[in-house]
Amino acid sequence: MKETLERLWEHWITQDLLVIAGFALVFWLLRRGARNERWQRAFQRMKRDRSGLISLAVVLLYLGIGGLEMLRIPGGPYGTRSILDVFTAGVAQEKTYSAPLADELLNSPRHEKLNGRHLLGTDVLGKDVLVQTLKACRTALIIGALTSAIYVPLGALLGILAGYFRRRVDDVVQYLYSTLASIPEVLLLVAILMVLGKGLGTMALALGVTGWVTLCRLVRGETMRQSERPYVAAARALGQSHRNIVLRHLLPNVMHLVLISFVLGFSGIVLAEAVLSYLGVGAPVGTSSWGAMIDSGRSELARDPAVWWNISAAATALFILVLSLNILGDSLRRAFDPKRT
Amino acid sequence: MFNYIIRRLLYSIPILLGVILITFTLDSVMMTPNEKASRVLGPKAVGKTRTEWIHNRGLDRPMPVQFVNYVKNLVTFNFGTTWVTGRDLSETFLQGVGPSLCITLPGFFAALLGSLGLALFQVFVRNSPVDRVLTLFSVALMSVPTMVYVIFAQAFLALNLRYFPAYGFAYEPGMLRFLLLPIVIFMLINIGYDARLYRAIFLEEIGQDYVRTAHAKGVSTARVLAVHVFKNGLIALITLVVAQLPKLILGSLLIESLFGIPGIGSMLVQAIQTGDQPVVMVSVFLGSALYLLSLIVTDILYAWADPRIRLS
Repeated sequence: MKETLERLWEHWITQDLLVIAGFALVFWLLRRGARNERWQRAFQRMKRDRSGLISLAVVLLYLGIGGLEMLRIPGGPYGTRSILDVFTAGVAQEKTYSAPLADELLNSPRHEKLNGRHLLGTDVLGKDVLVQTLKACRTALIIGALTSAIYVPLGALLGILAGYFRRRVDDVVQYLYSTLASIPEVLLLVAILMVLGKGLGTMALALGVTGWVTLCRLVRGETMRQSERPYVAAARALGQSHRNIVLRHLLPNVMHLVLISFVLGFSGIVLAEAVLSYLGVGAPVGTSSWGAMIDSGRSELARDPAVWWNISAAATALFILVLSLNILGDSLRRAFDPKRT
Repeated sequence: MFNYIIRRLLYSIPILLGVILITFTLDSVMMTPNEKASRVLGPKAVGKTRTEWIHNRGLDRPMPVQFVNYVKNLVTFNFGTTWVTGRDLSETFLQGVGPSLCITLPGFFAALLGSLGLALFQVFVRNSPVDRVLTLFSVALMSVPTMVYVIFAQAFLALNLRYFPAYGFAYEPGMLRFLLLPIVIFMLINIGYDARLYRAIFLEEIGQDYVRTAHAKGVSTARVLAVHVFKNGLIALITLVVAQLPKLILGSLLIESLFGIPGIGSMLVQAIQTGDQPVVMVSVFLGSALYLLSLIVTDILYAWADPRIRLS
């Protein structure tokens, strides 16, 4: 029974459906949010913000590439392969390192010719670095998505409950986040991962459990401010239940904070993934991630001649994604709250 | 004042207990004594050696008893020994503080001065293209992972151009050559984030009435910023600055380990790679204790900087 379930879970159809469901959920939430008047005004302002639009386009590009790598179809030598594999099937395989756009292997005494051209060269196994860098998008996105799926609901819910009910509930929530906030984040992450072991799932769990504090604080403060407004008093006077007030009246009015934190938090998670993988408590060995590429690139730089293209590609890909997410988050914040720069 | 400090210390106790509960849960509840023993003694050590090891550490006693002992050991700074090297933990931590502070303290002050200057300048030219470029620059600085800074600096400045030694540390007159690169990188990592925060704080101050009054009196813009706004912004800055205290003492994991500086950061990275759990758990406790302490220091500094605030 257990084995069948595991096989079903690992089946490509299940995995594809999960990926599609994830994308659909984010899309649906954005559509729901866009009904709110405040969101519509913010989107109007976003349209005039050039840096915001450019960063949005870059983030969508990464999402697209990561999505293509996540969706699997049958075929290829391992039974299944990703759609990205299909697109890149024509890229030649080499024996080992070759420099970007070179026509022979690196340091080859017999000047061995390459099977094809590689814009960013090839790595130690002769794989195209550009393709490897694009494939590593998947790891960053999976970690980001899984972590967000844990910390966003947790932070938003606790924050809204603490801000609305105050008193005891607020005391408990404040105690929880003060305790977590007092621990240096990296150390807590490492402590959790050392006990739970390596893996994408455990890394997302650790990042999610520690990551909700900032969002919770923001949502709590905003909920307290919103609770003072007449519409909440009116809803209460009309005899609305607490559940309705929280879910139908307060939640839509703090959702913009969730969106901004989600975008800015994603950049933090991608960076943390690279650092944790580098420290050896992150992605399991064999996962292609930018952190792992940077890790192996360190010794490659010390070779003679230095192999700089592998680490540079990973570092650049990581940098551009994090930078775009940061700019996008800032621009969203400006759009939702134009008075505060 | 004295009463206030005592009360704040008492308030910190539940939080510290919460932190200890977290590490205890990770340490003792999620891991059985047998798992621990096989990690430390190796999977082959079974039978008497293992039961003795478990018994000597009191791991066979009831959970509540273990927890009380755990708390007692931590708060009396009796941290025990590491798993892998078998050295005394408090001693190892004390040894690491010096080298860590050699990097973090100068780096911290350089970052503070740099980011304050940058933030004030950005407020001076606010909403101009220069301001936007500098903001983008700050965001770019904080979007680079630490190890990328270190690896590229080592490869180009140290190994290729040989301006600095790539690795090493020594207490000697010429030790600055080892420290310069790590300090500069520590500064770069912090400057972007800090400058953005400080800019926001100063921008908030600039809308205040006293700024308009100063301008109306005929004070120059530069002086309004450097004296009036800066002084008032300082109060808001205290929290941000003091909250970095634990980070300074615990050092930077990546910078220290990559540059071979024998501080707490390197020690932690080594512990992470060898699976030496007690080192990490104790550092979680110490980090949190230092943070709570720095919160109290913040409040005292607040009252000192702003006479309107009374500690009672």
